Amino acid sequence: MTVTKEAPPAPVTAELKVRKPSTRKRLVPYWLLLPGILWLLVFFALPLVYQASTSVQTGSLEKGFEVTWHFQTYWDALTDYYPQFVRSLLYAGTATLLCLLLGYPLAYLIAFKAGRWRNVVLVLVIAPFFTSFLIRTLAWKTILADGGAVVDVLNTLHVLDVTSWLGWTESNRVLATPMAVVCGLTYNFLPFMILPLYTSLERIDGRLHEAAGDLYATPATTFRKVTFPLSMPGVVSGTLLTFIPASGDYVNAELLGSTDTKMVGSVIQTQFLRVLDYPTAAALSFILMAVVLIMVTVYIRRSGTEDLV
Amino acid sequence: MTQQQTGGDVRLTGISKTYGSFEAVKPLDLTVPQGSFFALLGASGCGKTTTLRMIAGLEEATTGTVSLGGQDITGLPPYKRPVNTVFQSYALFPHLDISENVAFGLRRRGIKSVKKQVAEMLELVQLGDFAKRKPHQLSGGQQQRVAVARALINHPQVLLLDEPLGALDLKLRRQMQLELKRIQTEVGITFIHVTHDQEEAMTMADTVAVMNGGRVEQLGAPADLYENPRTTFVANFLGTSNLIEGEVVSAGTDIVVAAGGGKLRLPTDRCTAPTVNGGKLLLGVRPEKISLAHADDADAIADGRNRVTGRIVDSSFIGVSTQYVVESPAGEALQVYEQNIERDARLTPGAEVVLHWNPAHTFGLDAAQDIDAGVETVEDAA
Repeated sequence: MTVTKEAPPAPVTAELKVRKPSTRKRLVPYWLLLPGILWLLVFFALPLVYQASTSVQTGSLEKGFEVTWHFQTYWDALTDYYPQFVRSLLYAGTATLLCLLLGYPLAYLIAFKAGRWRNVVLVLVIAPFFTSFLIRTLAWKTILADGGAVVDVLNTLHVLDVTSWLGWTESNRVLATPMAVVCGLTYNFLPFMILPLYTSLERIDGRLHEAAGDLYATPATTFRKVTFPLSMPGVVSGTLLTFIPASGDYVNAELLGSTDTKMVGSVIQTQFLRVLDYPTAAALSFILMAVVLIMVTVYIRRSGTEDLV
Repeated sequence: MTQQQTGGDVRLTGISKTYGSFEAVKPLDLTVPQGSFFALLGASGCGKTTTLRMIAGLEEATTGTVSLGGQDITGLPPYKRPVNTVFQSYALFPHLDISENVAFGLRRRGIKSVKKQVAEMLELVQLGDFAKRKPHQLSGGQQQRVAVARALINHPQVLLLDEPLGALDLKLRRQMQLELKRIQTEVGITFIHVTHDQEEAMTMADTVAVMNGGRVEQLGAPADLYENPRTTFVANFLGTSNLIEGEVVSAGTDIVVAAGGGKLRLPTDRCTAPTVNGGKLLLGVRPEKISLAHADDADAIADGRNRVTGRIVDSSFIGVSTQYVVESPAGEALQVYEQNIERDARLTPGAEVVLHWNPAHTFGLDAAQDIDAGVETVEDAA
């Protein structure tokens, strides 16, 4: 033991030497937080307050707006645009579900089966980000174009007969229908589902699978009782990262949809930039935020993943 | 505790495992009798864990068969084999509480009322109060006991233990060794225990198979392995041996060997190597079998004992015994453990001494082997 051989320094000097860095050390976390806090304050909190005040203003662009605590705007916005709200949540929900169904097997494959191809596949997952969001969405316009290959194939297979009966497409076109919007949303948000799923699957100790097999669980049961429950943190964060932005998205509805498929994001955009009815636009934004917050809170509570994170 | 009487011997026939060009386990025959506590002992990479995993079905055998109670189970997936494993890292399900972890196997077999059995099993491993905790709220030793309970509750015909005590500190390990031994005696299930700790294997097992380089070097009861090692690897890996190389002078009921300028004898039946006059032979003797006398007292040593003269180069006081390292013409560093009963004050480093022992305690090994095989190096011990 070499430690015991060294004479301890005199207690007084030791205390002085120790105390100074410890005060500094205590402050380090706050210094590290500072840029983030500032960022949030300037780009999130302040605009939020500004929007909140806008939402209770009345007036017009010519005469100017002033705060009149006119809460009626909220009620009007909700009654006028509730179909778009419902549609947004429905489309976003469907897209999220599709992302989960498409993304889970892929994330599972990357985490457990890809071996040395793991990084390659991961890069492929995020490869679309190298191109602009808009361009990729416009590409879907070409893919789903009337008389295009996709529509032809779906038509020949009589898939469109079924989907048009369900109201998802028209009998001979996909573009400008709900299905086109949901396809666009699913495509655009898929990586946001895959990456958190992959992260949480990858963290699962492979020996747990062996242990489950050793304890009489078939591979299917192992997935149901061990793998899936342990991947819940990924499922939750993946669905949130998909659902929240998808419910506020307007690009897909604008580019791939029609007036019948307008989502609340498009309405807000129109109110802000074309109608110039700022209070209504702000009120719509707040309603959307509140709805999403409530849904997310309920969802997280019910999924019970606190223990796993 | 109901005992499973339908079990039988585990029989491995010509089983081997090859990864690419690497032979992890060379074709191997092994029979583990029902109800025994069997240890597979060896250094890391010797194939012991692979052998265990082939019995569990977690690893597919390249050749050979595994049978259990006469039934061939080679092709069965792990979930269809009546064996359970205690994993090295325990592999407890982090999302389930202790009682659900323990109940996992029962539930998979469609048993609905598991409560009583789980409670009994947790009682057996003395964790009754922890049923509702999650694995991460338990200490290493407690998690280890949960892992044992989770496996045992299924009444497997064979319980496989893969270095189950490796992650525990020394004191806890000693305690758990006794605990596992107690449980095995209580439930009477066959235990196959993989370990690299020779002391652990000897304390717990009825039969030990020493593995080296994908083969079983020797198999037997711990005391038998210790007293009659058949290879230098076993002699060095199980405890410590002094190996002295010599030349056979004559062979009769006793073999006489010339080594280090003197003559040493050993009983013929304790020599596993063929002896030819003039041929080489390795003589082995355990450090605790050797007595140490100061050179001045050499005349007092009884006739008929093997003697080697030398000089003490090092001594360390251990408490119950003193360990000496002696340099002699017969070997550069002979180990001698002397009980601290009447200590001779003259036996200090530098003293000229005579090592003497009963020839019956000498064993003979084939000199064609590596004399240092199985000697624990610093990296192995870490």
